[in-house]
Amino acid sequence: MLKLLRIELFKIFKRPRTYIAFGAIAAIVILIQVALKYDGKSYVDLLLNNLSDSFELSDEYKNKLLNGYLICFVILNTLLIQMPLLVALIAGDSIAGEANMGTLRLSMSRPVSRTQYMTVKFLASVIYTLALLVWMAMLALFGSMLIFGTNDMVVFRSDGIEQMRHFDVLWRYFAAFGYAAVALTTVAALAFLLSVFAENSIGPIIATMSIVIVFTILSEMNIPLYDNTIKPYLFTSHMVAWKGFFYVKADAMGTTINGSIENLPAILKSLSILFIYIIIFFGTALCVFRKKDILT
Amino acid sequence: MFLEKKIFLLKQSIRMKKIMVLLLILVSIKGINAQTAEELINRVRMKLDKVNDYEAKGKMRTNVIFIKAPVANVKVYFKKPNKLRINNENGISFIPKGSVNINLNNIFFNSAAFTIIDGGKETGSGNRILKLLPEDEAAGVVLSTLYIDEKNAVIRKAKITTKESGTYELEMTYGRYISYGLADKFIFSFNTKEYKLPKGITFDYDDGTKKENSSDQLKNKKGRVELIYSEYKINKGVPDAVFG
Repeated sequence: MLKLLRIELFKIFKRPRTYIAFGAIAAIVILIQVALKYDGKSYVDLLLNNLSDSFELSDEYKNKLLNGYLICFVILNTLLIQMPLLVALIAGDSIAGEANMGTLRLSMSRPVSRTQYMTVKFLASVIYTLALLVWMAMLALFGSMLIFGTNDMVVFRSDGIEQMRHFDVLWRYFAAFGYAAVALTTVAALAFLLSVFAENSIGPIIATMSIVIVFTILSEMNIPLYDNTIKPYLFTSHMVAWKGFFYVKADAMGTTINGSIENLPAILKSLSILFIYIIIFFGTALCVFRKKDILT
Repeated sequence: MFLEKKIFLLKQSIRMKKIMVLLLILVSIKGINAQTAEELINRVRMKLDKVNDYEAKGKMRTNVIFIKAPVANVKVYFKKPNKLRINNENGISFIPKGSVNINLNNIFFNSAAFTIIDGGKETGSGNRILKLLPEDEAAGVVLSTLYIDEKNAVIRKAKITTKESGTYELEMTYGRYISYGLADKFIFSFNTKEYKLPKGITFDYDDGTKKENSSDQLKNKKGRVELIYSEYKINKGVPDAVFG
């Protein structure tokens, strides 16, 4: 099983297109960092527009606000749409790519059960996803900390502002990246499932992206009809729960409680839902593949 | 007989002294009460004038309905005539506009000439209420209502109405530095405007938490900043560079 996994990982990381994703992430992160380094004030002005009448918002204050922690949060927000595409590139290709190249039947002729084969294929996709995430964390978090420095972190929500002390932030990022790994694994599982039905990888990749985009739009729309009917069941509604680690509890005086999370049970619930999705997607892919007539 | 007479005279002398002391107290109290509003303002100003500059360490707590913020360790710098800076040296703090008024000199600085209206005494505290109306029509401050502790010649409470930024309220608690007219604790209340950002920018995670703050509550709500000083360094010199 381990040997099979090594072979799969070798195949993934041998292909040049695998590194497109790493390059794309580096490009996006660096472009955002450069933009915010030289014109971050405009972005901060947009966020602080509502507060300028009530608070002193000097340039020094804005510079302090625009620290590495906030920049990383902005990058993670921006990559919300792009990351699933990059994950789907590999996961959507894992079975359909083999079928397209005509190597699937050959692989099945070896003394490896279909369950083992599928498990290894999926694990390889998950490892690729994790590698992508670690790469992004290094660039977005540690890179931003290096370029912009650190300070207290301020998170802007649509109806309020959350502020955390600088020493209370890093563990939240580790938790958020851990959560994001599960969220992206859900996308990988979906692409993997769709990959089973296709004979070339374009179909599953585009289908995965279409589903993610449509679901994300539905998740972000504020329409009462969908709020309690569709939204709670869409995996995209729960993919953004990493942000919950940056929503803090406050006492009666509005003072942040260090080390607190506003609604941990909600995050755990979202996490469970994502795990259920992963099990459903992978389980379905496994069932379908075990019964599938492999003709190519 | 002689002894009895002596005791009687001694008792009478003591009684007289008591009456004299009582009369003196009454006269002095009457004197304080009788001081005019101008005199009282001058006493307050003279006390504040003793401070040329200060550097104070303290803790600042911000209480605004839409902000969750930690308690901040701040340094406050003041230099005559009206330079004031609140610095959070190892963090970020939301400093409300008008916080410059925690420098009480500012009340008089902004209105060099003003008409004083004596509002009598506040029930309960006994503080003297004086209303200051600037004579300069272009002044940013429209009205300052001061609640003055006559005995200590310090401002205990102030309401400052401005043309553009609404009304600020200040409440001061004095301790070790009362002789300089510097408070150990300030409560600064101010008006806040509605806060709202489009969800398209924030991409909020809806964790199902029911918000206690309705949109009406978020509109025109009072914010409060509490500043508790632990230490003042008075008249030791503050470089201009501190004020940027």
